[in-house]
Amino acid sequence: MIGVGKIKQYSNVLDKPLSKGKQEVSLSAFAFLFSELVQYNQTQVDNIAELERRLEDAGYAVGARVLELLCHRDKGNRRETRLLGILSFVHSTVWKVLFGKVADSLEKGTEHEDEYMISEKELLVNRFISIPKDMGTFNCGAFVAGIVRGVLDSAGFPAVVTAHFVPMEGQQRPRTTILIKFAEEVLRREARLG
Amino acid sequence: MAPVAPRSGDAIFASVERVNAELFTLTYGAIVRQLLTDLEEVEEVNKQLDQMGYNIGIRLIDEFLAKSNVARCVDFKETAEVIAKVGFKMFLGVTASVSNWDADGTCCSIVLEDNPLVDFVELPDTCQGLYYCNVLSGVIRGALEMVSMKTEVTWVRDMLRGDDAFELQVKLLKQVPEEYPYKDDE
Repeated sequence: MIGVGKIKQYSNVLDKPLSKGKQEVSLSAFAFLFSELVQYNQTQVDNIAELERRLEDAGYAVGARVLELLCHRDKGNRRETRLLGILSFVHSTVWKVLFGKVADSLEKGTEHEDEYMISEKELLVNRFISIPKDMGTFNCGAFVAGIVRGVLDSAGFPAVVTAHFVPMEGQQRPRTTILIKFAEEVLRREARLG
Repeated sequence: MAPVAPRSGDAIFASVERVNAELFTLTYGAIVRQLLTDLEEVEEVNKQLDQMGYNIGIRLIDEFLAKSNVARCVDFKETAEVIAKVGFKMFLGVTASVSNWDADGTCCSIVLEDNPLVDFVELPDTCQGLYYCNVLSGVIRGALEMVSMKTEVTWVRDMLRGDDAFELQVKLLKQVPEEYPYKDDE
């Protein structure tokens, strides 16, 4: 076996070669871990909004790191600076790396200029989650919303990002829509750049 | 029904659905950071991680038994081998090795060279007492408890603390006899 007997001792994480990101773990391992994240946070809050906020915070930390990692590894330390560029980066590149596929859709909100939606028929984190009736509109996708916000915010596109269930005709389970509402300054900057 | 042959860890890992290890790694990192913020004391974080692992272990064992077709292990030695070769491979995609057996075969080390939990991780000075991967020891303890083995799992070596590998010491404390038939009124 390669690597056996080789001395692997690194004192500094930056001395290590950056992995290519091809390693995998079983989906169950992730699902078990995610379930613990949700259960732990349930013990720390009094209401659904707080629970979603905490999951979003956890996701934000992931998103900020994903942006750094992907920009460094895939884009030669460059990042998107335009609104549509960063959105498609999230929808395609980030999604593909994290969830193994491009997101099902990326749409512009019809009512508001500053809103965009990324939708997924079966969001990975919601795969094994069923929401008890008394928890109303709670959506574990808040974690993914946090990841999206982490990526956007760290790339200089502050936004409010939320996750919602949207019932689909002819489908038993609702799809999850990640709603992105950009801060005013982002749109002003976009307009200026033309 | 004829007994089904046990499957190798590689075969199971190849057949299950998988996700990118970086999502897993970063999510675990987010959990640890959240615990550090909430609980403040490193010791408490260790405990909570172990508890989370235990919760996972008691559920994970079902999936493990269902997918691996592993028959009852004849002794603790076989149990440890199965954990290292099949268990770790099936869930985390890495294999571990077993060594350092004591004379009566109740205590051994499980050594991991690759550990997907720790990519990108470095312990800051304020967290030196942290057993970053403590979730793993909880998982082993929880899973074994469900198959009637009380164990104590402790870290012996930790690469985040400058050692050359990750080494978990698994000590069999007690084999709980299975009672059958179960009494309804208890």
